[in-house]
Amino acid sequence: MRNILLQSLLRGPLTERHPATDATAAAELAEALGRSARNRLGRSLAIREVDAGSCNGCELEIHALGNAYYDLERFGLRFVASPRHADVLLVTGPVTRNMRDALWRTYQAVPAPKWVIAAGDCARDGGCFSGSYACVGGVAEVIPVDLHIAGCPPTPTALLQGLLALLESAH
Amino acid sequence: MSVLLESLGAGRVVEAHKPVPRVVVDDDLWRSVASRIGASELTLLGLWGDIAAVHMAVLDESEPSVVVVTRQCPHGRFPSVGKVHPPAIRLERAIRDLFGLEPDGLPDPRPWLDHGRWDVESPLAPRPQRPSERAPTRFLTAEGDGLHQIPVGPVHAGIIEPGHFRFTANGEAVVRLEERLGYTHKGIEWLMQDAPIERAARLAARTSGDSTVATSLAFARAVEAALGIDVPPRAVWLRALMAELERLANHFGDIGAICNDAAFALMHAHCGVLRENVLRASDALLGHRLMMDRVVPGGVAVEPTLAGFAQLEDFLSATEKTFPRLVELYDNTASLQDRTVGTGIVAPALASQFGCGGYVGRASDRSFDARRTLAYPPYGELSFEVPVLDEGDVNARVWIRIREVEQSLSLVHQILERLPRHGALSVPCVATGKTCEGLAIVEGFRGDVLASVRLDRHAHVERCHLRDPSWFQWPVLEAAIESNIVADFPLCNKSFNCSYSGHDL
Ligand code: SF4
Repeated sequence: MRNILLQSLLRGPLTERHPATDATAAAELAEALGRSARNRLGRSLAIREVDAGSCNGCELEIHALGNAYYDLERFGLRFVASPRHADVLLVTGPVTRNMRDALWRTYQAVPAPKWVIAAGDCARDGGCFSGSYACVGGVAEVIPVDLHIAGCPPTPTALLQGLLALLESAH
Repeated sequence: MSVLLESLGAGRVVEAHKPVPRVVVDDDLWRSVASRIGASELTLLGLWGDIAAVHMAVLDESEPSVVVVTRQCPHGRFPSVGKVHPPAIRLERAIRDLFGLEPDGLPDPRPWLDHGRWDVESPLAPRPQRPSERAPTRFLTAEGDGLHQIPVGPVHAGIIEPGHFRFTANGEAVVRLEERLGYTHKGIEWLMQDAPIERAARLAARTSGDSTVATSLAFARAVEAALGIDVPPRAVWLRALMAELERLANHFGDIGAICNDAAFALMHAHCGVLRENVLRASDALLGHRLMMDRVVPGGVAVEPTLAGFAQLEDFLSATEKTFPRLVELYDNTASLQDRTVGTGIVAPALASQFGCGGYVGRASDRSFDARRTLAYPPYGELSFEVPVLDEGDVNARVWIRIREVEQSLSLVHQILERLPRHGALSVPCVATGKTCEGLAIVEGFRGDVLASVRLDRHAHVERCHLRDPSWFQWPVLEAAIESNIVADFPLCNKSFNCSYSGHDL
């Protein structure tokens, strides 16, 4: 284990070593995001993720925000376990009827001021599941949405962009 | 003719069903197949509803051969398979919810997917009903001094899918776990009805995001079987490449996440990088990180890029250096093994009764792997091993994943060597002018995905059923956690990593 730790130390962070355009864009974005987070919220934006019936694709990319390339936590943006600790609800999925109540109750449990981000094409209007007997069709049908992040699923870069946009508009 | 098919000699074989036979049987034969499954002579691969009929796919592992058995139910009833074979119970509860067909003798008649929140009842029946008043769901009981219940979910603490777990605990030890699923039910099979193939394929791709390639492949192969289409060789190889990349990405993610649930974040960080590298290579190669909508009926939708192949080669050579070091790290960290060894044991008998696929089955001595057992192309031409262990604990499920990563890395090499660099990627899916049916079974990272499709004469989907491997893994998790401490549930759960969405549909 010592070797691995040592190598990681010597090698430096992955974000800077990766030359791909995607990674560069992500790094720029991440920096801007860090600045805004500090200005507006003093380095502490707590995000509670709610899967309201997604296919899990969106969750996979939200997870990726935590990996060494994107490392969301270095900006004080972090995912929290309880809605009661959250400033932001990050909601995915076409809101199934079976999840509607749970989503509503989770929203109620978030203390104000609070923001809602709907992530993914499903969360906008139900996406390819709209019209189903089992789906409400879009997060805004159930709770007020401040921002929508497009994509199926949105890439981690798009998610970072969305968080940035929210911070820019939040007062 | 297979021995399995011969034993169904009294039934009527449906010619339009490809590539395996479908046999329409009477009550007696249906019951006898059910009891052979119950006696572990045959394995249940799936059980699903249709308009006034039920179908079950059965596997005879000794041959191996697969047959679909159909029981027509003009009066809306059929003899319950769950009565003699408990793994069928949830499937029958779902059939009841969706089609309103009544399994006679079903031991647990509580609704499963229908939580009483839709504005229809039996949405897939020819004449859906208005919902009736119903009592709230009752959980199974456990009685005794000092037992307490812990309800968890549907909204969980982490970034995961929704589901409800009802624990009954005696102090720290779990006495009973009951799962309640269906929260992510989106009505996918209903949405597929009458849909053109392209739309249905997009829905299949969004059944379970982590298995989008596997589910798309199962759906595509079922459609191609029905229409009698052969996809170009280049597409066959490219699909296998995608399937192995998906397996790698998920196994890396899982190995890291399991260790993370044992509070070993270092492994998680390194595995997260490996996973991200796979996704970036996939994106460079085919323009989507999860490769959604890349496998389509008829072939592959997108031309792979040369830059993508180069990135893939870089990824392979880098990973072949780093991964063995992580394996060593896992193997040498006693505090980590302390959590994983002996935790969440699945007895081999249970894995075989439930026909558990994937790492859950293979960690408990069930060697089934659709790539090997059913050898769909191109796997018959590739050399790989199917790792099997019999300890059945979290540790074994980690080791199966580790060995499968090694096998998949080798498979990716072999596929890259054999993959034709030029040639067509797809053929059109042309309607045959007749009703036709197809079945396919494909090995996803989590286990075998089954797709059954019936197309009308315009090649629109009349009925499609997608069975995620999680159907036969979720119930086993309830058994695996028994007598373990509540705090080990996340670890056990992650080592299964069942799909909610794939199961709920
Ligand atoms: S937007 Fe796409 S990835 Fe996200 S939940 Fe919907 S179908 Fe899945």
